[in-house]
Amino acid sequence: MPKIIVEIMPKQDLLDPQGKAVANALKRAGNSEIDATRIGKRIELHYKEQPTEEDLEKAKELAKDFLSNSVIEDVVDVYIEDQN
Amino acid sequence: MKIGVITYPGTLDDRDAQRAIKLAGATPVPLWHASDDLKGIDAVVLPGGFSYGDYLRCGAIAAQAPATKEVIKKAEKGLPILGICNGFQVLVEAHLLPGGLIRNEKQHFVCRDQRLRVENSDTRWTGMFSENEEITIPLKNGEGGYIADDETLKYLEDENLIAFRYLDVNPNGSMNEIAGLSNKQGNIVGLMPHPEHAVEPGFGPDTPIATRSGIDGLRFFQSVIGQVVG
Repeated sequence: MPKIIVEIMPKQDLLDPQGKAVANALKRAGNSEIDATRIGKRIELHYKEQPTEEDLEKAKELAKDFLSNSVIEDVVDVYIEDQN
Repeated sequence: MKIGVITYPGTLDDRDAQRAIKLAGATPVPLWHASDDLKGIDAVVLPGGFSYGDYLRCGAIAAQAPATKEVIKKAEKGLPILGICNGFQVLVEAHLLPGGLIRNEKQHFVCRDQRLRVENSDTRWTGMFSENEEITIPLKNGEGGYIADDETLKYLEDENLIAFRYLDVNPNGSMNEIAGLSNKQGNIVGLMPHPEHAVEPGFGPDTPIATRSGIDGLRFFQSVIGQVVG
């Protein structure tokens, strides 16, 4: 299935409660080398045909306008997934 | 006067909002999220709940619904719009009000009778309050922490667009104790507390006079009726 992948993370200066809870659990389990975790989102857009550069540009717009909220999140990456 | 109430999948407080509108003296008009027919309404309420299961982000999918898109078109022309709780989140996601709402500071869902100060009585939904009046409105949310960048906060403060501030306690860690906002024209108001739950004696928050006698929420709806008709 041809895909475009959108990766979104909560803004650096915002508290990420999920990440904090997971980091605490990891530390409790003995993984003291891990200092912190942050949890974001990976959204897959599935296409019938291999997506074009035009599809990618449109996906970037969607990532900015709808899939993320720039007040609280950053779009980290939008890319066509390598089929191989 | 006809005041619409949009129901999205996952909306909870649409019936309470309709009831509040009726008690205030107007005709509630149920609207369905998937239709762009606003049925000739004079004002609209976006009620509380968990539209679309809060998927993606609270209010994000509802902001794209056909009924919401029609409301956005009419917002510029001055349609009075009140967003309550999830409705406030929809207004923020639709860019009708600035900033964002994030998970409460202490991670807990908060449900309490909340003291508020009316900071701006010069909007379509707050005209019947006096400036700096203190009111009590039930609050219930998990993601009610208001955030915005410094520039936006300064704009909101300078233009007197903060409609309500939390008193006594800041229940969700909102910046500048912001409980609700208005736009510059004053036709759009959004807030986290639920005025539709404080409209009928016997069913509202406690007051010093009697238990459950608080009806401070009724004036939100009376304000818009008075101003549209008058």
